[in-house]
Amino acid sequence: MMKIKVKKKILAKNEDFAAANQKFFKKKNILCINMISSPGSGKTTILEKTAKALKNKINIAVIEGDLYTKLDAERIRATGLEAVQIETKGACHLTAEQITNSLHKFDTDNLDIIVIENIGNLVCPSDFDLGETVRVVVLSVAEGDDKCKKYPNSFAQADVLLINKTDLARYLDFNVKMVRKDVLKLNKDLKIFEISAKTTAGMEKWFKWLKKAIR
Amino acid sequence: MHEMMVAENIVETILAQVQKKSGKVTRVVISCGQINAINDEALKFAFEAIAAGTICQGAKLKIKHIPLKAVCNSCHKKFNFDLYEPQCPKCGKSDFLIGDDVPLILEEIEFEKK
Repeated sequence: MMKIKVKKKILAKNEDFAAANQKFFKKKNILCINMISSPGSGKTTILEKTAKALKNKINIAVIEGDLYTKLDAERIRATGLEAVQIETKGACHLTAEQITNSLHKFDTDNLDIIVIENIGNLVCPSDFDLGETVRVVVLSVAEGDDKCKKYPNSFAQADVLLINKTDLARYLDFNVKMVRKDVLKLNKDLKIFEISAKTTAGMEKWFKWLKKAIR
Repeated sequence: MHEMMVAENIVETILAQVQKKSGKVTRVVISCGQINAINDEALKFAFEAIAAGTICQGAKLKIKHIPLKAVCNSCHKKFNFDLYEPQCPKCGKSDFLIGDDVPLILEEIEFEKK
């Protein structure tokens, strides 16, 4: 019987690609956003509305992650933005290597922001650093106000929380105050915006934050 | 099931360390932090499946969970931070300094030499 001490990082391969992506974004002065949420929280709608409001002021491109279909990339392209679709064929998260490969498909010289819309999943994507500049987590009021307690990993590692579908809040028992209190316990530096991507209520502050972040 | 990808990376890391001809892996020890959200059962299941047909087939997987240290800013109590109970166990306040979480590490490999 032989025993060897290894002490090697298991996700070293992903970390290497993430570090390369991070370096690339820095060199090109691109703000890369890794957007994480449950399925159906409104990530794509938020991006559509953001594109509509900012496309003549900021150059944005989107990497769409889904298990199957190119539907989301088509929705983004319909707004006039460039989009690349990654279909993971069942995998529950995006990897830094997939991002590296997607970056070649854009003309990155004039880009200000690249948004990565991760797979709709509040568990797995939070484990895989993509080399992003900031991490944005979306929680829609329809999902319930206990999600940050149940899935703390995603919230603990985010820079921004978008509480979406606030236009539905009056029909649902979603306690925004409690959510704010709970997430700040996990992550006291988290920036929180309450928005409705459908009505665009509250989105001005999010746009302002984006404009400031690329400076 | 990000454990599948983690298992793939464990087996890849082992194969880079242990030559195929040198023997059969019998036990593997890994450590993980709190943010990795590793579920033991899911990871063991995935590891068994990925290890099949390699020198890691049948190897036992031991997973060590390394606590995330925190210090309360109010009462200065040192405690292990629990993501599911983010408050000081002594004073109940939620104002604390959290230490660095450890990454997933392949700690050691035991194998039978051919």
